[in-house]
Amino acid sequence: MWSRITSEPLQPELLLGRVGGAADGAVLLFVGQVRNHAEGQAVSGMTYEAYAEMASDELAQIVAEAAETLGTEQIAVEHRIGALTIGEASVVIAVASPHRDEAYRASRQIIEQIKVRLPVWKREHRVDGADAWVPGADPVPAERHNPHVRPGS
Amino acid sequence: MRVDVLLFAMYRELVGEERVPIELPADACVADLMVELRARGGGWSRLPGHVALAVNRRYASAEQPLADGDEVALIPPVAGG
Repeated sequence: MWSRITSEPLQPELLLGRVGGAADGAVLLFVGQVRNHAEGQAVSGMTYEAYAEMASDELAQIVAEAAETLGTEQIAVEHRIGALTIGEASVVIAVASPHRDEAYRASRQIIEQIKVRLPVWKREHRVDGADAWVPGADPVPAERHNPHVRPGS
Repeated sequence: MRVDVLLFAMYRELVGEERVPIELPADACVADLMVELRARGGGWSRLPGHVALAVNRRYASAEQPLADGDEVALIPPVAGG
């Protein structure tokens, strides 16, 4: 298992290389990237901020829970912080498992948990010059989390 | 006892501080800390009614007791990914 919070540009192909062995029939990659629109507004970039020490621990915990629930330890996740432009990757999740069902479920579970639990915030930079913090989710203490996958928005 | 309060994102902007040492009675819990913080007025008093907190990098409930040297972070609604 691998997880990291970093201010360096993410390299999805390197994370993919960390997972998957001869017994794995499925290797899945999720890349979250900055898009150029949000709620009808044109966006020029996004700045991510984190409580770095806690985010590191929490991301490792999210990965460990996905590994435990879904029976695969072939997981590598990185989240970037700092200023990102359109198209740059903010999060990369690589998962491998013998069969595709576990890989799809683990990948989904991890991104959904990141979105409700990781102490990371993002400031949206709009083309019209206005900046705003993106509204977030109220995090719940980890021990009260339901580790099952929840459909995202 | 003394705890260090950390502020992030919109809470940091609201209060105008990143890290603030706070003196508390020895038997204080997280809820007591929030009462103390809101009473400071200014941006502190404009924090929302519910604030998620982490003590020593783990999410904590209002009843959790605090200890000298604890690091308490006020966690705005999270928006990672």
